[in-house]
Amino acid sequence: MNMQQSEQPRLMKGNEALAEAAIRAGLQGYFGYPITPQSEILEYLAAELPKRGGVVLQAESELAAINMIYGASGAGARVMTSSSSPGISLMQEGLSYMASAQLPCLVVNINRGGPGLGTIQPSQGDYFQATKGGGHGDYRLIVLAPASVQEMADLVFEGFRLAEKYRNPALILADGALGQMMEKVVLPPEGTLPMVDKPWATTGKPEWRERNIITSLFIQPEKMEEVNLQLQAKYQQLQKEVRHEAFEVEDADILVVAYGLTARIAQKAIELAREQGLKVGLLRPITLYPFPSDVIARYTRTATAVLVVELNSGQMVEDVRLAVNGRRPVHFKGRMGGVIITPEEILEELVSLAKEYRVAEEKLEV
Amino acid sequence: MNPPIAYNGLELVYRRPVTLTDTPMHYCPGCSHGVVHKLLMEVIDEMGIQSETIGVAPVGCSVFAYNYMNIDMQEAAHGRASAVATGIKRMLPHRYVFSYQGDGDLAAIGTAETIHTVNRGENILIVFINNAIYGMTGGQMAPTTLPGMVTSTTPYGRDVATMGHPLKITELVARLPGAAFVTRQAVHTPTAVRKAKKAIRSAFEYQRSRLGTSFIEIVSNCPSGWKMTPLEGNEWMEKNMFPAYPLGDLKIPSATKPDAKVKEEV
Repeated sequence: MNMQQSEQPRLMKGNEALAEAAIRAGLQGYFGYPITPQSEILEYLAAELPKRGGVVLQAESELAAINMIYGASGAGARVMTSSSSPGISLMQEGLSYMASAQLPCLVVNINRGGPGLGTIQPSQGDYFQATKGGGHGDYRLIVLAPASVQEMADLVFEGFRLAEKYRNPALILADGALGQMMEKVVLPPEGTLPMVDKPWATTGKPEWRERNIITSLFIQPEKMEEVNLQLQAKYQQLQKEVRHEAFEVEDADILVVAYGLTARIAQKAIELAREQGLKVGLLRPITLYPFPSDVIARYTRTATAVLVVELNSGQMVEDVRLAVNGRRPVHFKGRMGGVIITPEEILEELVSLAKEYRVAEEKLEV
Repeated sequence: MNPPIAYNGLELVYRRPVTLTDTPMHYCPGCSHGVVHKLLMEVIDEMGIQSETIGVAPVGCSVFAYNYMNIDMQEAAHGRASAVATGIKRMLPHRYVFSYQGDGDLAAIGTAETIHTVNRGENILIVFINNAIYGMTGGQMAPTTLPGMVTSTTPYGRDVATMGHPLKITELVARLPGAAFVTRQAVHTPTAVRKAKKAIRSAFEYQRSRLGTSFIEIVSNCPSGWKMTPLEGNEWMEKNMFPAYPLGDLKIPSATKPDAKVKEEV
């Protein structure tokens, strides 16, 4: 009966849908600190999670929160924290330690405009921080980018699954708009993400096994290199988890690459462009790390040019350029500081590119 | 607790606790760390809680504590040991959890975590080694360095006018309602060792009774950092450290009989 109820569509805020999905995904511990525009996650969990058997603790800082997550994850629990850009910066030390100690967890960044204290409006300015490691040392996070309230819920399950499978922190990189907006969502049912065995966890050493040590300290350089090689091998394995969505790409002269909220706006711009006879398609990475480089390389074989749209000064565009590897021109259009780009701005860019590469004229000649 | 074992009619009066590994310690001659490690592990051994205890090591000289303690352990980032211990304890409330931290870790970079962990009354034990110096990094000023004391970063002595005063964090946490048991001990004489062990035992028993945070400061020497022989170090500690950091209980649980309480499900 619960299952049937849960399958009814609901109207929910992105942050709340994510929080409810986390409980249904078997969240055991949440440690966090308030910050706009993600405080609803902490608020929702404070009201709901203890009733449903989990632990919620409002920490004294994001530093404390991520280190509580470290301890709780090391103790074998399914754990999550969330914050927004400035708070995520404070967590970078802890994430580096967790990546090295190979501790799974889910971190949610409801990205706001920066740098500095910045603004509370939506941004994608944390792409580099999220996908290139963020803290010190050679490591990566698994990065998932939802584009709807539905995906805010669905990717929580995927985040926990990947984090535990690969023993690595996973990060949901959304933005203030996805966190705050209300949409229809069908919540995933409870109990569909089984708990995994964690024989490495520090749960108390019984006589029959050696003690378990959670550490990121490997003082011998040869040993530290060995750990690094293990991490790199794991990131190679991770490449098969790439996820993306394609829209109108088969005949596209211009391929737009955008993720999250921007992909939704770009899709509208593409619909408008198609009405004007322009062949434009959208490639939306859902995993930002691993990055869908091969998919982008494949689609750009038939396209004339690429346009990357982001709510930043041009961050993912660097990964797209690496994927395209000089075979096609890659252009960038973005807004910064919490300003949301409009479909019209993207359309204007598409029309201008169509003229530059004469793809519209070819279209007219047909 | 393991029963005494007889050899050829002789009674075994001492052995290395099973909770200590057979790894030679890296600590300098005369350092207090080895003694405190042993006391902690003896108590865990005697209480029979090896399988129920999780320790948290800090950044500092005791960063390798997990090489010596034969229990499940986590290595924390600098200053975050009590936050890590909080995370463990909240997920495993029926386990015994302790953090083991030096003065730089606990009273400088980790001050916020220390204060808030105790203020929440996290049901854990915090062991605080105060030797008034950063030993691991080569003898720099610590938050607990005494006025006028020469360290590698206070070559003309600690000037409190510009470098601040020694932070008496133990007095600070004793005032917090979440603190159940706060005491300051030393391990420089057999008597002091016995008293320190008793305090550690009490702390674990209070944890069993879920009374809140236990906080044990051990005023320690650092012969290498202080540029003294172990004997000179102990004498200097008695003469200079104890007046600033007087030994004794700062807070004991009121009207509690922890031994009377039955251990709950683990």
